[in-house]
Amino acid sequence: MARTRFRSDRGLTLRMGGVGLGLVLLYVLFGAMLISVAGSLWVAVIITLGMAWGQWYFSDSLALKSMGAHVVTPEQAPELHAMIDRLVALADMPKPRVAVAVTDMPNAFATGRSPNHSAVCVTTGIMQRLDADELEGVLAHELAHVANRDVSVMTVASSLGLLAGFLTRWGMWFGGGSRDKNSGPAMIVVVLVSLVVTAVSFFLTRALSRYRELSADRSGSYLTGRPSKLASALVKISGDMGRIPTSDLREAQSMNAFFIAPALKGDAAQALFSTHPPLQTRLDQLARIGADLTERR
Amino acid sequence: MGFLDGILGRSKPPKANLDVLFSVPQAALTLEAEGFAFSGHGAVCFRDAEGRADDEVIASAQEMIRTDPTATVEMHHDEFGFTWLEVIRPTGDVSGLVTDLHAVNSTMAAQGFDASMLCSTVVFEHEGHRSALVYLFKRGTFYPFVPDPSAARRRDNPTELRMRALVENDVPIEADLGRWLAIWGAPGL
Repeated sequence: MARTRFRSDRGLTLRMGGVGLGLVLLYVLFGAMLISVAGSLWVAVIITLGMAWGQWYFSDSLALKSMGAHVVTPEQAPELHAMIDRLVALADMPKPRVAVAVTDMPNAFATGRSPNHSAVCVTTGIMQRLDADELEGVLAHELAHVANRDVSVMTVASSLGLLAGFLTRWGMWFGGGSRDKNSGPAMIVVVLVSLVVTAVSFFLTRALSRYRELSADRSGSYLTGRPSKLASALVKISGDMGRIPTSDLREAQSMNAFFIAPALKGDAAQALFSTHPPLQTRLDQLARIGADLTERR
Repeated sequence: MGFLDGILGRSKPPKANLDVLFSVPQAALTLEAEGFAFSGHGAVCFRDAEGRADDEVIASAQEMIRTDPTATVEMHHDEFGFTWLEVIRPTGDVSGLVTDLHAVNSTMAAQGFDASMLCSTVVFEHEGHRSALVYLFKRGTFYPFVPDPSAARRRDNPTELRMRALVENDVPIEADLGRWLAIWGAPGL
């Protein structure tokens, strides 16, 4: 009888699956190389994976700290809480902690290792610029990040890439000065392979991040039923972002992956490097969702 | 939401659980014995999506309720962008009200809008004050909501807990108190 109006985008799922598969293959090959070539690298492996794990485990408090955000109670921000209360009741998910960062940069992000340990943060800038419906669209997008477990997915996706990058640098500093003659050629192989793995995994994780953004746009706008509000919020934020002096934004660079719109302005040619899809792609998708909702049966 | 849907970024709003609503008449009987009389008011709260498709669904649901001359139906929009369809049964017929609410719900669900259903209320009157039994569609559970008449935007928690104790054998009660959403200004309250 009833079919839901929520349609998963098959093309998007396939592309995301393809990128994920590519990452898994890359990492399996990389892992096999590590095991076969050098047993002495285990210290580096443990340190890097430990760091990635720590970043994942403490992601909510780390992200809030690095943005200078503070958690607000329902008494301090009643409208924001009421809005999120309704959205989580619609989505039937646990309520994340709500935080506000006092900065004029209009932005919002979600973080946390699982839906039970998550936080949603908005800046005072975004609350001033958007009206209630638009802000709700943005919050639904962030809650979709939480429901999709994007922090976990991106941590797993990027952790071995981090390890490869670490090994590349480490090998370059110390590999040449090795006293053990036999390990010389092996070290060169490790460094070269790590270099390639770093580069490839960089582009794959960026692609994955862009697909996750599109997914969050989809899920979020199905939750509110108002894709056009999210679209107008995106247009407002993107327009505003370009006018903000870059000196403020550089500090926020490490947080970019979890922002609703990237804080750094990239050239058109940088599409491959960017963590977020182009504005037009996002607007086109939201327009299609709007058409799905309007369709009569 | 399945794990795979999360990994693939396809998490979607869950479907509404509609049939639990039919346990309300039993709870109303229990409440009535303790002085909570059914006020004749009930409502469905949902997210009004863009476009005209859902507007037509809502219009046909309203027409369906109006075929019964003893029931009236009104539409309200709240400040959070949610729409309330209030059904009034002045005769105090709880089962009739529940049937009306279920008609609205199932019409919306049949058109694919069940993901946008938020909650449903049945309003009671106790010592001159209004109190509501709220049904969360996504959880399939109920909770009481009683505004404190002496102060703005304060809940009368003792009465709420008393109502919970009364009806917990009749309807599934939401165990997580954090999900007892306040619905200030809901129609009928």
